[in-house]
This record gives sequence, structure tokens and C-alpha cells, in this order.
Amino acid sequence: MTVGNAWQAVMQRPLRFLRSSWPWRALAYLLSGVLLGAVTIGIVLTIGLLVLPLTLVLGGVFVARVERWRLRLVDLDPLPDPHSPPARSGRLSRLRAWLGEAATWRELGYMMISMLALWWIDLLVLGFSAGIPLIVFWEGLHAQGANRWLGTAAGPILLLVAAYPATAWAGARAALTRAVLAPRDTELGRQVVELTRSRKRLADAFEVERRRIERDLHDGAQQRLVALNMTLGLARLDAPPGSPVAARLEEAHSQAKQVLAELRELIRGVHPQILTDRGLAAAIDEIAARSPVPVDVDIVLPGRLSPAAETTAYFVVSEALTNVARHSGAARARVHGRTGADQLIVEVRDDGRGGAQATDGSGLSGLTDRVAAAGGKLILSSPPGGPTLVRVELPC
Amino acid sequence: MLNVILAEDSVLLREGLIGLMQRFGHTVSAAVGSAPELLAAARHGRPSLVITDVRMPPGFTDDGLRAALTLREEHPDLPVLVLSQYVVQTYAADLLSSGTGRAVGYLLKDRIGDVTDFADAIVEVAGGGTVVDPEVIRQLFARRRDPLQRLTSRERDVLALMAQGRSNAAIARALVVSEAAVSKHVGSIFTKLDLPTVDTDHRRVLAVLAYLRER
Repeated sequence: MTVGNAWQAVMQRPLRFLRSSWPWRALAYLLSGVLLGAVTIGIVLTIGLLVLPLTLVLGGVFVARVERWRLRLVDLDPLPDPHSPPARSGRLSRLRAWLGEAATWRELGYMMISMLALWWIDLLVLGFSAGIPLIVFWEGLHAQGANRWLGTAAGPILLLVAAYPATAWAGARAALTRAVLAPRDTELGRQVVELTRSRKRLADAFEVERRRIERDLHDGAQQRLVALNMTLGLARLDAPPGSPVAARLEEAHSQAKQVLAELRELIRGVHPQILTDRGLAAAIDEIAARSPVPVDVDIVLPGRLSPAAETTAYFVVSEALTNVARHSGAARARVHGRTGADQLIVEVRDDGRGGAQATDGSGLSGLTDRVAAAGGKLILSSPPGGPTLVRVELPC
Repeated sequence: MLNVILAEDSVLLREGLIGLMQRFGHTVSAAVGSAPELLAAARHGRPSLVITDVRMPPGFTDDGLRAALTLREEHPDLPVLVLSQYVVQTYAADLLSSGTGRAVGYLLKDRIGDVTDFADAIVEVAGGGTVVDPEVIRQLFARRRDPLQRLTSRERDVLALMAQGRSNAAIARALVVSEAAVSKHVGSIFTKLDLPTVDTDHRRVLAVLAYLRER
């Protein structure tokens, strides 16, 4: 008999069977079966253990998004997304970021609760609120006599009454949603830290830019103006005295001197060189020396501080002393500066008439932004009648 | 006719100063752009005057001043004129107490525009006199608690000019009075402020500055 399959093969005489290829075929067949089985189990398990949870997690995130959006129907205060944007773009990094966030697991938990309980309760409440009045109304329509009036009247009334439990349950559901899906303080905190960091980066970028401008002005325009002054001075020596040329040159020379003085002031307002070269104490000594109101300077610092601290403190003192000279009518001012516990504290006091305000557009109000960007605090105390105190605290 | 060594890192300014120097009949035997170069040039040459900027490479803080003070230690009589971007009282003080205390000058770069005064200052310092920028004096005046009320306003003017290092003749010219009047004022100032009697002009500057620096 011809052998077409394994069973027919087994039926043969033992010697014939064992010598044929069929046992080997059977072996190959069984082995491949085992292998296929292993691979299949592996794939199914992978899908089950990896993909399913991943799908659940992703589902959780998206369901939560929809839930947050539709929450607006019953809660006018919008619910922000607790997830932070990932450091790198791309789906894979987003997924990885989500897996690491606590918010994702809260959303997954919420989705589970919704699936198992909340949606059913929603259905139940909806059913009772809408269904019962409708049934009553329907029955009423098909009933006879007194029941008819009772039914058709009771239907709408019950519908109105049902508004209360329906809304109450919607409110409770909304409150639960908000409690679970709202960003926690730490998540918000991350955004605040990001904001602060970017503000500091911006402030630093501005500072670098300012220094660049100061350097360019100093190395370029200022040098040229000094040379121009010299040239004009020399030219005046050679002009015949009393001639129109001499008069013109004198004019030109005095204008050039003025420009030079104004440029120096401008540079000082952008970033004074003495601050870069010799530090905060020397720079404050210089402002004090130039102030029309006598200033006592008492500054003790342990050497140089961070550029941000030195620059910010300098401009606070400069603005404060300008105000003293212009508005305070003070007889004397005092600048006091010390460091302690990683902080630089500088105070400017004057015995003037007080009443200083950090109104919008005033020099002091502009400084508060600068101080805040440097991570510090600016305090103004200026009761009418004086005295005035400007105090700045900066991390250094 | 001086033999000047000039140290200034800004090329524009350096060229301008060389031109100015030459216009007044002086020679610039060396014009350098860094503090080490200044030391080398001044040690090898025999300058009648060294002019240097405070702020020089390589450090860009006060390298020029340090070099000048070093030279003064080696040659206490070497006339040195230091140019500064802004007033620093300690720079002036360091200079005035270096070497013999004479033949030093401390001026703001602003003064370069007044070429005649600048040329006079150069000659003054090279000749052993002392020149201090008026802004330095003004700040010293402003810092005092008592506004020198014992002095008349004319005497205060004379005091300021004395502190800048001007001679009686120069003060007389500046205030448009006679030298005799200036001498009288000077005598009165010294008495009122109880300053020690001095013989030479440069010691006078030191005495006045020392007084002004007291708080």
C-alpha cells in the first residue's frame, strides 16, 4: 500500500516503518510544532503583557483628555493638562514621558473606575431621570380615565423634578473628575520652575547683550571720540587766533566734549566699566562720589560676587541715589551692604521727605523686574515725611 | 623736548597721543600696547617720562598702574603719568606714595582733549612736579563731613588748584589774580587747616591731599 500520511506509515511492518523517512518527518513536524507554539505564546504574551497595558495607558490619557474637555459642560473653570511637554518631540519620547508621570496612572485609575462604575451610574441616573417620567407619560397616554390625566400630567412634572438628582449626580461626577484629573501642585510646580528658569535665561541673555553693547561702545565709539577731541584740540592750536576758523573749531571742540560726556553717561547706564573691573564696592563708591547729596558708604564684601548679583545691586543703588538727589531733598544718604547666608543685602537710606512710590513707569518699578529675574527681592519703605529705605536682597 | 615712552592698548588713542606729543616737540621712543612690553621698554630705554593707561593687557584691570609702580620702585625718580578711565582714589594715593613721591601724575582720559593743559601736565610731571586730576580733588572735597567752612570760597578754589599740583604761578593764571595774592591765600589756608609747613611744591600737594583724604 502506498503511504500518504503518518498513520498509514505507522500501520506498516515495524522494520519498514523504522527504516523509512516517516519517523524523521514526524520528528521534524513535532519540533516545528513546539517552536511555532513557543513563538506564538511569546507573541501573545508580549502583546498581552506589553501592548495591552500600553493601550490601556494610552487609552487612559486620551479618555482623560476627553473627560477634561467635556467637564466644561458642568464646570466652567477649565481643567489644565497635568502632563508636562516632553523634553524631545516625537511619539516615542512622549510615550516614555507619560509612563514616568504620576498623572498618567491617575488617569488610568480614573478610566478603570469609569468603566466599572461611573458610566453605569451615569446610565442609571439618566435612565431614572429621563426614563421614569417618559414611562409614566407613555402609560398615561395609553391609560383610561383618571389615570390618563394623572399620567400625562405627572410625566412632565416628574421630568422637572428629575432635573435635581440628575444635576446633583453630574456635579458629584464632575467634582470627582476634577479631584482625580487636576494637576497636582508638583506638576504645576514643574511648570513654574520652567517659567522661572526661562526668565532667568532671558535675564542672563539680556545681561550678555548689554555687556556686548557696552564693550562695543567703549572700544569703538568712545575711543574715536577721545581721538576726535584730541584732533580738534590740536587743530585749534594751529588756527589763527580770532579767526572764524578758530571760533568754529572752538564750537566743534566743545560739542565733541559734550558728546563724549554723554556717551560716558550712556555707557555707565548700560554697564559701567568700573563694575566689571573692580567690583560692586568700588562701583558704589564711584556713584557715591558723584552724587550731589553726600553719601556715606559702608560696604563689606568677601571679594567678587556673581555678575548678576553685582549688576542688579549696582543699578538698584544707582537708581535709589538718583532719586535721593532728584526728589528727596535729603541732607545725607547712606549705603550699607553686607553678605550673609548666600545672600547679598544692600540698603540705601536717606533722611529726605519720603513719599517715594514704585508706580508704573518709575525707575524703581522697572528695577523690580530686574531684581525678580535675578531671584531677589526689592523692598521700598517711604512714608510721607521720610525717611526712605530701599532694600534689595539677592542670591549671590 | 622730552623722550617719552607711551603705553596704551587702544591703537587709535596711541596714534593720537604720539601725534600730540610730536606736535609739542617731544619724541616717542617707544609706543607699546601691553604692561609687560612697557616694563621691557622702560627698563631698556632711558625715558624722560612714562605715560601709561591704568587698564592694559593682559589682565585688563590695573596692569598698567602696577607696571608703573614697579618701575617707580626700580627708579624712584622716574616721572610717570597715569591715565585713567574713571576716578579711583586708591590709584592716585598709590602713585603719590610711590618712589620719591614726586614726578607723578594721575589724569582722567577726558583731559586729553584739552591739549594745551595736557601738554603742560606732561612737562610738569617730567620736571618733577605733581599733577592730580581736578575730578579727584572734587570728589575728595565732596566726601568731607565739614565743608571746609573755615575757608573763604576763594581760599577753597586755591586749595583745589593746589591739590591738583599747580604752582603759585599757575594758580594765579587760572584765577586771574596776582601771584602775591595767591601766596597770601596759601599762607592763610595752611594756617586755618593747621597744615605742616612745606618747602617744595610737590610736598605741598602731598600735604593738602593728605589733609583732604582724612574723613
